[in-house]
Amino acid sequence: MIVARKKPLDELWDMVRGFKKVLVFGCNTCVAVCHEGGNKEAEILASLLRMRAAQEGVDVEIRNGGIERQCEHEFFASAEAEIAWADLILSTACGIGVQFIVKRYPMATAYPALDTTFLGDVERHGVFTESCQACGRCVLHLTAGICPMSRCAKRLLNGPCGGSNKGKCEISKDLDCAWHLIVERLSALGRLDDYDKILPCRDWSTDRAGGPRKLVHEDA
Amino acid sequence: METTTPSRLEKVLADGHKAVTSECGPPRGSDPEVIMKKGEMLREYVDAINVTDNQTSVTRLCSLAAGIRLKQMGLEPVLQMVTRDRNRIALQSDILGAASFDIHNILCLSGDHQSFGDCPQGQNVHDLDSMHLLMCVRQMRDEAKFLGGGDIERPPRMFIGAAENPFAQPYAIRGRRLAKKVAAGAQFIQTQCIYNVPRFIEWMHELADMGVTERVYILAGVTPLKSVGMAKYMKNRVPGMDVPDDIVARMSGVPKDRQAAEGITICVETIERLKEVPGVAGFHIMAIEWEEMVPEIARRAGLTPRPKVA
Repeated sequence: MIVARKKPLDELWDMVRGFKKVLVFGCNTCVAVCHEGGNKEAEILASLLRMRAAQEGVDVEIRNGGIERQCEHEFFASAEAEIAWADLILSTACGIGVQFIVKRYPMATAYPALDTTFLGDVERHGVFTESCQACGRCVLHLTAGICPMSRCAKRLLNGPCGGSNKGKCEISKDLDCAWHLIVERLSALGRLDDYDKILPCRDWSTDRAGGPRKLVHEDA
Repeated sequence: METTTPSRLEKVLADGHKAVTSECGPPRGSDPEVIMKKGEMLREYVDAINVTDNQTSVTRLCSLAAGIRLKQMGLEPVLQMVTRDRNRIALQSDILGAASFDIHNILCLSGDHQSFGDCPQGQNVHDLDSMHLLMCVRQMRDEAKFLGGGDIERPPRMFIGAAENPFAQPYAIRGRRLAKKVAAGAQFIQTQCIYNVPRFIEWMHELADMGVTERVYILAGVTPLKSVGMAKYMKNRVPGMDVPDDIVARMSGVPKDRQAAEGITICVETIERLKEVPGVAGFHIMAIEWEEMVPEIARRAGLTPRPKVA
């Protein structure tokens, strides 16, 4: 899922203060799971901004709303009226949702309330871990099911660097060395010979390097 | 092993001598005298001089320009190149630039993470990894082809090296990882600084059992400790460094004003011990910002004079 984090309130207040009708607009899928941008979080953020407006004596009406997903047209029907009302939509979706609103409503102003951080899993309650970079060419079948593109700080394809230390990455003692995990898992599975194969230079054209990506199904 | 390039370092090794290399860190400025002075200091005591590439991710004068300086002084540079800062276009381009000045040695590295340096907010590249860079140089040299497949006129003639850290975990693949580098094109290896000699010997046995030491020259890395503070810093703060407690204890056992001398003695003794280890083809003496001590270390360890090769 997409993991995001709310921007600092001061930064959000700076975005909002010049507008008269603000809709804090939640997205109830990925960013709801990480408790940052769901419809409930949009409601909380709207009240915080209302308090701030009252404290500073700024004349702004702040409402909150939300839909299931801000990245698909079919979910917007229930929100048309409130979107039409607002002169600012402060979206608590990921960056995809903010852009989708702008694309769908060419005259709307939509600002991001969140910083979209990464694609990750829910390691345990409240802990999210990056585990995919959407590089466009999956190598998990070659790396014991552990992704060196997203979990190695240098995206190394052929083993740990010299800075791998007691299973941890050189940049932080709190970060597992992805290649340490891969080697441990290959050993446990009796497949350490897989490590000896040199994985060739990457074709990054499927990654960001190839420019913005698009997938078109035949039946589209 | 037969020689494959005009590299002096390769000739010394192929003739069966224990080779000696050292390194010069380029300055945080544009004064060429800094690199020239360091190079001159090492001239009679080493076979080749590594020029580091923005080591620890701190921005410095580039290794290519500094390497050219050394070359023009009649010295033998080993051009260090990391994959952190340049993509495959820039790397191949710099390799050709070095080759145009007849720089005949290269050391292929991935590089420290940029968070250690002066630009922690910078992007890293890692288009290739160190294994890929080895394959790239070998292909450019042996097939006269770019990675993209195009022909190279006057291809580079470089003796290809890599680094290895026998002390990094997981131990299970330390030998395999080096074997992979050799398969990718590494002809010589310069190791991480050795303080834990027993662990290094264990690693060399593993390599010998795998038959790797017959296919690559291993230069054992040593770094003299200046003080007990440095010993502790290396032990606790430098990624992948293994400084055993007895070395720290030995440094702290002498008064402060004699610690530097003790560090040099430990370094000389380490070289003496490593000379006896089968498969050790030479020494890489990394006297970090202490290059002036390399002559004394080389002399006391019986590594002088350096052989003359044609």
